[in-house]
Amino acid sequence: MTKFMLGKKAGMTQLFDENGTAIPATVIECEPMFVIQNKTDDTDGYKAVKVASGTIREKLVNKPDKGQFAKAGVSVLRTVREFRTDEDYTLGQEIKVADMFAVGDHVDISGVSKGKGYAGNIKRHGQKGGPGGHGSMYHRRVGSMGANSSPARVLPGKKMPGHMGAAACTVQNLDVVLVDGDRNILVVKGAVPGPKGGLISIETSVKAK
Amino acid sequence: MDLVRAVEQSNLRNNYTEVDIGDYVKVHLKIKEGNRERIQIFEGYVIARKGGGLTETMTVRRVSYGVGVERILPVHSPKIDRIEIVRKGKVRRAKLYYLRDRVGKSAKITEKLIRKS
Repeated sequence: MTKFMLGKKAGMTQLFDENGTAIPATVIECEPMFVIQNKTDDTDGYKAVKVASGTIREKLVNKPDKGQFAKAGVSVLRTVREFRTDEDYTLGQEIKVADMFAVGDHVDISGVSKGKGYAGNIKRHGQKGGPGGHGSMYHRRVGSMGANSSPARVLPGKKMPGHMGAAACTVQNLDVVLVDGDRNILVVKGAVPGPKGGLISIETSVKAK
Repeated sequence: MDLVRAVEQSNLRNNYTEVDIGDYVKVHLKIKEGNRERIQIFEGYVIARKGGGLTETMTVRRVSYGVGVERILPVHSPKIDRIEIVRKGKVRRAKLYYLRDRVGKSAKITEKLIRKS
């Protein structure tokens, strides 16, 4: 069964395990989600569940969305996401983080990575820089663009500077270290994409055995 | 940030000692040897403290057999049994890295005498 949750990155810290070793930990705030639609093979061609969480002023929600919330019998919510799952949920059902995950689970976490702006090749593609001195005059530049009159063009896929970050990003196979049902907190080992307060979705790891 | 602090709360040590920079401390470390656990004491001057909350560390420096030894210890690590202050130090900096360049008497820190009220 695929488990899933919506969350907000609260920040990072470190925790000590039973051996006293410090492990890096990311704290994720997981407000309760509400089921607003079941997608079925018959009507939609695939099985999924649409959930929503977070608070928002009623004025900011448009009419079609309001209709969906009303149909499910829940108040208006900020974030709406869809997850692929085989399970059936009842409309308006509340899902809390403790219902979904337990300590020891492995999860994949997706979010939007921090924007890095217009970045050069060293930062963006991990290329090596040139020598600093001895009159080399080649420090952080792109390097060779390719051959000369044949093919007389730059080949597609050539690594070049450009916008970096602020893109969808998934970190796979993170360990769940702590689940707090009362405070709706999920803590995983390792880093997750995005800034503090960034929206992330948590799913059972595709690599989990 | 509040949630992060809340998560840290359960891992914080309950016998936290207020250590100042320049203090001469004895750190009681738990050392595991096979199944047995014993206490080893590492003593020296606290020359720096970094971080806050659960991630706080302190750097303890001592000179043993003429070789400077520095250990960066996470203050809240369960591997530390307790921290004992031997004497307070009188210093005017938050980071005492200048001690690294000194040997002998000049590498000493004057004791801070506290008037008994």
